[in-house]
Formats: sequence, structure tokens, C-alpha cells
Amino acid sequence: MAAPALERPTTTAGAQTITIAKALNMGLRASLERDPKVLVMGEDVGKLGGVFRITDGLQKDFGEHRVLDTPLAESGIIGTAIGLAIRGYRPVCEIQFDGFIFPGFDQIVSQLAKLHFRSQGKLKMPVVVRVPFGGGIGAVEHHSESPESLFAHVGGLKVVSCSNPVDAYWMLQQAIECDDPVLFFEPKRRYYEKAELDPGTPPVPLFTSRVVRAGSAVTVAAYGPMVRTCLDAATAAAEDGLELEVIDLRTLSPLDLDPVFDSVRRTGRLVLVSEAPGEASVTSEIATRVQQECFYSLEAPVLRATGFDTPYPPSKLEEGYLPDLDRVLDAVDRSLTY
Amino acid sequence: MSPEQWTRPEAEGADGPPAAIAAKPTREQVIAGLRATSEGGADLVQLLTPEGQRVTHPDFDIGVSDAQLRDLYRDMVLVRRADREGNALQRQGQLGIWVPLLGQEAAQIGAGRAMQPQDMAFPSYREHGVAWCRGIDPTELLGIFRGTDHGSWDPNSMRFHLYTIVIGNQCLNATGYAMGQRFDGKVGDPNGEATMVFFGDGATSQGDVHEAMVWSAVYDAPVVFFCQNNQWAISEPIERQTRVPLYRRASGYGFPGIRVDGNDVLASLAVTKWALDECRQGNGPVLIEAFTYRMDAHTTSDDPTRYRLADEQEAWKLKDPIERLRVHLVREQIADQGFFDGVDAGADELAARLRDFCFNMPEPPPERMFSEVYAEDTRQLAAQREDYLKYLAGFADDAMAGGVR
Repeated sequence: MAAPALERPTTTAGAQTITIAKALNMGLRASLERDPKVLVMGEDVGKLGGVFRITDGLQKDFGEHRVLDTPLAESGIIGTAIGLAIRGYRPVCEIQFDGFIFPGFDQIVSQLAKLHFRSQGKLKMPVVVRVPFGGGIGAVEHHSESPESLFAHVGGLKVVSCSNPVDAYWMLQQAIECDDPVLFFEPKRRYYEKAELDPGTPPVPLFTSRVVRAGSAVTVAAYGPMVRTCLDAATAAAEDGLELEVIDLRTLSPLDLDPVFDSVRRTGRLVLVSEAPGEASVTSEIATRVQQECFYSLEAPVLRATGFDTPYPPSKLEEGYLPDLDRVLDAVDRSLTY
Repeated sequence: MSPEQWTRPEAEGADGPPAAIAAKPTREQVIAGLRATSEGGADLVQLLTPEGQRVTHPDFDIGVSDAQLRDLYRDMVLVRRADREGNALQRQGQLGIWVPLLGQEAAQIGAGRAMQPQDMAFPSYREHGVAWCRGIDPTELLGIFRGTDHGSWDPNSMRFHLYTIVIGNQCLNATGYAMGQRFDGKVGDPNGEATMVFFGDGATSQGDVHEAMVWSAVYDAPVVFFCQNNQWAISEPIERQTRVPLYRRASGYGFPGIRVDGNDVLASLAVTKWALDECRQGNGPVLIEAFTYRMDAHTTSDDPTRYRLADEQEAWKLKDPIERLRVHLVREQIADQGFFDGVDAGADELAARLRDFCFNMPEPPPERMFSEVYAEDTRQLAAQREDYLKYLAGFADDAMAGGVR
């Protein structure tokens, strides 16, 4: 029971400069318009438009049965979304903040991830769980976490993260069309960064990674909020005559590592960047696979700039916790010393 | 003693504790209200006494034909026999584990036979009787316990979801499904749709069950919460789960709660039918507490002699759901010996068929591990499958080369 394909032009015509937040809003709107089975559900997503206003105006236009202000319980949001999916709906759940996903973790890993496999394909689980994630906004605890690796570890789930308005707009619609459960991680500290979006330009496939800046010296791969940091680092490095190749991973499960392998075979060096703790993470998986595939091409060990293996610190310390332009460049420099 | 009583205990004397403390029920009062009182309390709905006597109830009386009575009896006997065969197959090492339903046949057959084809059921993992009523052949349950699959039926076409083992998860899934029934406009007339979810007394302590009741109330979801209070959650008694009779919790969520004699198939049928009709017409949700008893272990891995007394079990034997209907059928001359013999012969046939099926179940092929993980397969998984099958094929080559490993 696949949703109608993404062929129809959207209601928004022509290129415009918009934020990631607006792009997500437009993506949700397009999906709600395209398929009457799409539902948006979560805490405060209706009248308030979500605490980040990602769902702004949707309830007004689509009604309370398409955009559901739910009771305050994450297991309830995911658990009822699963039942709605069995009934033929395509729910898009909003988890208000990353650190609040854990009350819903049981339903995600015990039911959502497994029902397709358990039923041998008789039950489809086209559920999207949107998670504003990551730090850098000076928030109190539980509002700045990066739990994406926990979900990438679970068979049956797909995990993606967008880094710019164009991807935000398309990837969200593609995730909603996907018949598998998708954890959709949104870089909340980049919500209000702008770029030009032309809805008439066709999207790149959802579960692919992409080179976003070409270079020959060192490959730098990141996803979500750290892509911007890496691009800034590449700009700074270029001023010193050092060309970094930057890859936006976009999909964390399944990983699309061909562009990474190709790049590493050319540069011989890889730096992985993420806000999440490095231990047992998506970046450790990539490091393992790159050494398996590119062993004879590597001129240096795969290095990482990540969050530390600690609970997320009080916000006055997050500047040190989060990889920034300097920590990325430091890792690049260390890579070049081999 | 009526459950009403312990909420308004006798005032203590002048020498007693302060009023605020005195108002608390004693431990004995609480336990008396919760469990194993001889009748389940004053509010218990019953239509057939343990002695097989038909009684009336002002709200839940039901007309049942002689043929229907015989069918209900047959259902219970067959389901019990299938259950006992499952237990025996585990003891013979044919199944890894079995989850007995012994003693809960009336609750499950009553509830299952109250459902219409258009209704949807969300089971826990002990609902072999409900599965039977939904048309799931008992052979289809064996793979779960033998380890060949996680449930082989199609939940959509059978309208019976897969068994759910994480306690209480299915209550939220059922509520979501019922919300969908409402959004689809299937609620509001006598032929509408309803959902029923099955869970035990232990599950009522889970957050998911609480959340499901909140959700179903605020969205007017057409869902019947069918709690089989069998008095024990493995070794934890009901008083370790609650301080009020479970059916009373419903009032806190804003919908009706009813305690029915879960060993009385007629009362279970009548109350569940009423509750489903309420949901169909848009007046749901409803909580039903089927007051019953697990006569066997929690699973075949459990040892109830470590935590409960034999006399408790003996007392419940006197309330056996099948015996009381049998007595009724005999006394009212609704069935003769030929009928009972026929039912027993059918049970023998079913048990033999289950046994044969179990012995002959094929092992799942290794590629099954990788199949249908996703609707849209991933390259990684396809590569893992290919590598693993190639690895296994290597052993086949060794064997063909004549090497004895």
C-alpha cells in the first residue's frame, strides 16, 4: 500500500529563500495535501504549531483529525501511531525534544521496528517519527541530545537526518512515502538557517549520501547540524590552500557509504564529525566499514571529532562539548601528520 | 463483602488513630475487595452459577438458544484440549515454551464469540481461545512456541493482531487502530466497527495501559479493554498491582467499568456484546474486568507451587467454566450423552492433528532471517544475506565432496 508518488507539483511554485523550519512545514503540508491518509500527531502540534512552529497553520487548514494535538505521553504517541498504521494511515509523529523520545523507545523498538518482520510483510509500518535533535541552543538538560545511533542499531528502523532546507523539504516527504518506519532527525539549531528552495527541481533519493563540497586533501563526513560546521571548516581551510571534500551522509540507516569510499580512495584521509558521543555510534560503524573497504587507500587512520562519552553537559559547557570549526580543523591537521 | 464497604470503613473509637488515618482501609479490607472472594464482589455480573444454575441480571441478561449453548460448550472443550496438547508438546520437548490458558476458557470464548467479523482484536499471548473464535487454527499458534515464526496468520484479513509479548504494548496499538475506525466513519451505527484488546491484571500496572485508557477516552475510541484478572502476574498477586478493584479504574478515565464472572461464558458473552455495541454506536470505550483464575502455571517455565497455596486452586476448581455449563446442559436436557461424546471425539481429533502438525513442522530456511525486515530492502541486508548463504553453501560443497564432518 504505497502512497501516491512524488510526481505532482506542489502548491508552492517558484524558487524562494526559506528556512529549514519553513521547508519542513511546506513538506508536511505537501504530504497532507497529497495523501488523505497522512496524519500529523504530537504534543502542541495543533493550535500552537509545535514548540518550533514546524506544524504552524496545518491544523487550521487540515482539521483536528488530520493534525492531532495528543495527550502528553510519548509511548502513547508512537503506540497509537502504530495502530493507525495497521488501520492504513501514515502517521507523522512529532517528539518535542530529543531527550523525550525515551518514554516512546519501547514502542519504537519493540513494535514499530519489528511488525513488518514479525508479520512476514503482511503489516506495513509507514510511520515517521520527527525528532528535533542536537545541542547548541543553550537549553536545559534533555533538550540537546543526539540519540540517533541508538535507533540506527535497531533492525527494522530507518534513520535519516537533513542538514539544509532543500533536503528538509524533500526528505520529509520521501520519508512519509516510505512504507518502512523512519526516524527523522532535524537539526534544531539550524532550523532558522536559510537557503534557496525550488520545489520544481526534482529531489535526490532519500537513502543516499552526497558530496556537498568537492576537495582533494581530506574527506570530512557529517550529518545534520554538523554539515554546516564542516562546510565552514572547509571554507576556512581553503583560505590556507587546503581543499576539504565534505560529504553530507543524510542517511544513517541504511548507510550509503559509496560516496565516502570513493572519496577516501582519492584523498586517503577521513575525518568523521558528529555531535553524538563517539562510542558505539554511527561514526564508529563508518570508521569500521571504511577500514574494511579502503584499507590500502588510507594514508592515515580514520579520525573523529564528536561529542564526548558523557551525558550532555549543562549548556554553559556545551561550547566545549560540541565539535566546532576548530575541532574539525584540528582533526584534519592530525590526519595530515601521518 | 461488597467492594463498596472498604471505601467507607467503620470509624475508629476515641482511642484510635486520627480520622485521616482511620479512613484508610485495612490491609485485610483491601485484599477482600480485590481478590478471591467467593463471588468476586457484589458488582460481579453472573448469569450461570458455579452450580450450573441460570440466573438473571437486570442489565446484562441475554437470550441464548440451546444450539448456541452447545456451541459455547464445544468451543471451550476444544480450546481446553488444544491448550492441554500445547502443554504436553512442551513437556515432550516439541515446543520451547507454552502459555497455558487453563481456567480462562469462558472469559475468552465469551469475549471472542461476542465479536463481529468487522471487529478487530489485539491479543496478548495467552489468547488461544480468542484466536479460535477469530478463525485462527490452533496449529497456527505452534510456530511461535516452537520457534519457527512470530505468528503466521494475516492480522488484517483475520482481524486478529499478532501475539504481543511486551506487557501492555498492544493496548496502545489497539487504541490507535480504534481511532482509525472512528476517523474512517465506521462508528455510530449498530453495524459499525469496534476493537477489543486483551491484557492481564499485571499489565494494568504498565504505563502503556494507562496511556491507552487516557487516549481512548479523549478520542472516544471504540475500544473494549478486556482485562482477564486471573489473580496472578507470574508470582505477583493482584494486591501487588492495585488497591482498588480493576474495573473501578475506568471511572477515573471517564468510561464505564464492569466486573464480570470470567468463569461464566454467558456473562462474559453478554457483557462483552453490550460493550462492543456501545463502541459500535460511538459510546465507547469500556473496561471489562473478567474475574477469573489461572489454573495452571504462567508458562511451562513457571512453578506456581512456590508462590500460591493448593487450597486456593482447589477452591477455584469448583468454579470451573466448562463443568458449570456441562451441568447446566445436562440438567436442562439441552444435550445428551451422544453430544458430549461427539465433542470429546472432536477434541481427540484436534489434539491428534495438533500433534502431527507439530512433529512435521519444517524448519524455517536460513534466508527467512533476512526476509521482510523492511518493505524496501536495504543493500546492506541483501549483502549480508548473500554472504551468509554463500558461507552455508560452503559446507554443502564439503558434504558433496564426500567428507564426513
